[in-house]
Amino acid sequence: MKNREIVLNTKGIGKYFYDPVKFKAIDDINFDVYKGEFLTLVGKSGSGKSTLLYCLSTMDTAYEGELYIREEKVTGKKPNELASIRNCTIGFIFQFHYLLPEFSCLMNIMLPALKLNKYTYEEVEHRAYEKMKLLDIEDQALKPASKLSGGQQQRVAIARALINDPAIIMCDEPTGNLDSKNTQIVFEIFQRICHELGQTIIAVTHDLDFAKASDRTIELADGKIISTHENNLGIVR
Amino acid sequence: MKRKANVEIAITHIVARRKQTFTAALGVTIGVGVYLFMNSLSAGFSKFSRDEIFKNSAHIKIYKNDEICSPFVPKSNQDNINVIVNPQITTLSKKIIDPENLLKVVKSQSYVTNAISQVYFDAFYNRGKAQIRGTGNGVNIIDYDAMFSTGKYMVAGSINNLQGNLNGIIIGSGIAEKLNLGINENITVSSSFGIVKVMKIVGIFTTGNSMNDQAKSYVNITTAQQFIKEGPSYVSTIFVNTPNADKSVYYAERLQQLTEYTVEDWKTTSADLLSGDKTRSTLMNSISLSILLMTAFIIYNLLSSTIMQKINDIAILKATGFSGRDVISIFLMEAIIMGLIGTIMGLVLGAILIWIMSGIYMGGPVGYFPISFELSLFTQSFVLGIVITTCAGYFPARNAANVDPVEIFRK
Repeated sequence: MKNREIVLNTKGIGKYFYDPVKFKAIDDINFDVYKGEFLTLVGKSGSGKSTLLYCLSTMDTAYEGELYIREEKVTGKKPNELASIRNCTIGFIFQFHYLLPEFSCLMNIMLPALKLNKYTYEEVEHRAYEKMKLLDIEDQALKPASKLSGGQQQRVAIARALINDPAIIMCDEPTGNLDSKNTQIVFEIFQRICHELGQTIIAVTHDLDFAKASDRTIELADGKIISTHENNLGIVR
Repeated sequence: MKRKANVEIAITHIVARRKQTFTAALGVTIGVGVYLFMNSLSAGFSKFSRDEIFKNSAHIKIYKNDEICSPFVPKSNQDNINVIVNPQITTLSKKIIDPENLLKVVKSQSYVTNAISQVYFDAFYNRGKAQIRGTGNGVNIIDYDAMFSTGKYMVAGSINNLQGNLNGIIIGSGIAEKLNLGINENITVSSSFGIVKVMKIVGIFTTGNSMNDQAKSYVNITTAQQFIKEGPSYVSTIFVNTPNADKSVYYAERLQQLTEYTVEDWKTTSADLLSGDKTRSTLMNSISLSILLMTAFIIYNLLSSTIMQKINDIAILKATGFSGRDVISIFLMEAIIMGLIGTIMGLVLGAILIWIMSGIYMGGPVGYFPISFELSLFTQSFVLGIVITTCAGYFPARNAANVDPVEIFRK
């Protein structure tokens, strides 16, 4: 286990909320996340799991402790540098799909890649179609994002998260708004992303079945890690 | 179709919300259109009133001012007594000594485009017992026409008839009417120095200004000198034109160094008219500028509400790696596109208003409303329109850039 590549690790991350009273939402969180790992964060409502995810996401910068992504210290970087880290290293999937309603599905998926400006427009378009094929939504490409069903929208959001081939994909309740059939589809996609493409997933969930099927589950309570389970140890990595 | 991400987003927003875009652009259109129109009105009228000034006076005039004698004659030695006299205008003649030479020197200056000399006299126009008071102007009519284009106002006869005709006179239409005189008829002209001459009317002019038309006449400079019993070296005023009327103060200062006589620029002479002019332009400017500012608020409001509605989209853009600077550039681009559309339509609206206004007949000496298409005003309106909408767009865009995505996602 020791020789696996670490993509993200935290050193004593803690965060306070000040409203309505000063309150420590997460406290002294230390853990490592490995390449190709499917990690879930579980805990009761208010346990600080989402708060922790937003600290890891680099969007929330008001925390104490240190955050490293691919062994590079992220804590203390400027907002513009963080934005470009998010652009190329992190993909996001939210409970509510948060697609841009004026744009077609294709354009929703392409935008982060156009922002990255690494490939030409044609290449980006081609890559977007590839991701859609992977998620079985290529026939929806030119429809406006708002015309799709919830499950399809979530798959578009996943495709968008994957477009820049990020090292880490962060999910906040990715299946929270989906029926069991769609949940199963999303779960299978996540398995493939980790184990076939070697990308890391960090997902916050309260769906315990979903968590049990992941590689590792970290349980939080009152802002602290109370347990870590390795699941599916039989799977060869 | 190959656009950068920020441009793609801005254009998609603009197209998806064409109705709001159009409303905002229309606001800018009205603002810019009215601004352009009002400034053109003001500029047209200023130009007209300035032209009115230059009908009768040049950029700079040189004349000998009245001198007040000293009230106190100091004693020359201890035995003599001090003499005290009333301070009053000296009886010295108001003539310019050696005007020919002065005129030559003035004309030789590089910044002088034209210079002429003129002799004034108080004239009385008589026919039988009827008498009208007025001013006679002794001029070289060809030179005078070159400076003031008097020929334009001739309604009968021609200015050329006066050239070299010492007994000829050109009178205002008011004089002709009151004395019931026509062209080629005789008029008796007398001066305050008691000289009486019977002269032949070779031309009649109408300027539209009754002060001029009922009082003014032109004769040859020699004739005028005879009326005031002066020799050929007498000249009351030298008029000087310069290439740029706005810089006449500077030119007047330079001319002053050449002569001891009073050099006065037109801005000093017509200070009252100019200050009225300035007041009017300031008034027009501030009204039109406030209308333009109101359009800025339309843009500001619209963009602010767009941003409130799009706060989720902004959060997701920031999450997927768009920086604050990108968000500013997206919304600023939208403001600029709205501003550009609105400003261009505004210039068209302004042009239409100017075109309509230029066809309205005001009557009197004004004729059609003095308004014209001035490129500088179009440029000024364009630049102001863009600058104001950009500024109005910047503040909401900056607010958008400060959106904290975490706060939105946690809701």
